[in-house]
Amino acid sequence: MNIFLKTISRDLKMAFRNPSSFLNPLMFFVISISLFPIAISPESETLSRMAPGIIWVITMLSVLLSLNTIFHYDFDNGVLEQMIISHHSLSLILLAKTIAHWMLSGLPIILLSPFLGMALFLDFDSIIILLLTLIIATPCLSLIGSVGASLVVGIKNSGMLLSLLILPLYIPILIFATSAISQSQSNQMIDGQLYFLGFFLVVSLIITPFLSAISLKISLE
Amino acid sequence: MSKLKVNKLSCQKGYNLLFENLSFEINSGEVLKVSGPNGSGKTSLLRIIAGLSSFESGEIAYDSLNVKSEEYKLDFLYLGHLSSLSPELSCVENLKYSSLLGTNDLKHNYTMALQHVGLEKYENDLVGTLSAGQKKRIALSLLFITQSKVWLLDEPFSALDSKAIKIFEKRIEDHCTNGGMCILTTHQDCSIKNLKEISL
Repeated sequence: MNIFLKTISRDLKMAFRNPSSFLNPLMFFVISISLFPIAISPESETLSRMAPGIIWVITMLSVLLSLNTIFHYDFDNGVLEQMIISHHSLSLILLAKTIAHWMLSGLPIILLSPFLGMALFLDFDSIIILLLTLIIATPCLSLIGSVGASLVVGIKNSGMLLSLLILPLYIPILIFATSAISQSQSNQMIDGQLYFLGFFLVVSLIITPFLSAISLKISLE
Repeated sequence: MSKLKVNKLSCQKGYNLLFENLSFEINSGEVLKVSGPNGSGKTSLLRIIAGLSSFESGEIAYDSLNVKSEEYKLDFLYLGHLSSLSPELSCVENLKYSSLLGTNDLKHNYTMALQHVGLEKYENDLVGTLSAGQKKRIALSLLFITQSKVWLLDEPFSALDSKAIKIFEKRIEDHCTNGGMCILTTHQDCSIKNLKEISL
């Protein structure tokens, strides 16, 4: 367990000493969402109807932008090799790195989203549902993304390949998360969507650390 | 007394056969220098023994331990081409994390390790601010901390000045005197005692 906590604190420390690695995707998130009212329409009805889709699509893209940072730096300086040959569980180390990635990408998005939701005229109840979907599903984005990042870690300029690998897996999350917010806006039940997102989180939490470990070993051979 | 035995090992990368039917033995107290031209498979050999790469055929036996087992990994220290240091962390922070990956024991004297390599005054400096030679010294200062019995060192003396090379040659000798063993690749001449040599 020591290695798990130490890896999280190490990754956070490294990120805060090189803040552009996690601030750039966040800036992209804020700026992109702020531009929609200017580009589409400032009308509250139009924006509030589109807000769930806008926020979720930009969330996915900004997480995608930050995925390379999970393993890239440690690959470049050889720390990943040491992690692989360590006697500690590689899956546990990679889970710790993924959680640190979520704390630097998903968590700030969750904290910023109420303000951006208000800017897009989402009502209070919809903001609560937006927050709920983000809390459940952003960890899934990091967990699934870690598998893709570990597969392409040794490949230069792998951004496009990573997007092609990962985006199809993000689509179910996008559908159910946006559907939950849209249905809550029209006062319909959203239990099904939240259960699905919860199920997705549990499955990713169980499976993805092992998949990441296997694909990382293959990538570094 | 431990023994590492490599028997009829063959390694292929893509369509290139790097080496075939390679066999050697190394016992506690011995140092093995692997030499050969660039691209002959020296690094691949060390990576295979460390458990990082797979091989085509042959076997590796170390006191009847499996290459994938936790005991095997605890007994081996692999330091590759790359420094394994994060530029955003200080020297001590890097050493702490590296030793955590390599052992369960965290009660090490990191300052003492840095003193051995003459970099104690840089212990809180970020590694990114140091020169290539200093980074190499920091990476190798792990040799003063580790409890692993088998050291696999890939080009340990590159970027080091002659004084630093002597320090690490002495450290390798001491390690072997105390029952350890070491396999290293280098293009430089070594003045280490009990040095065996194989060529790829």
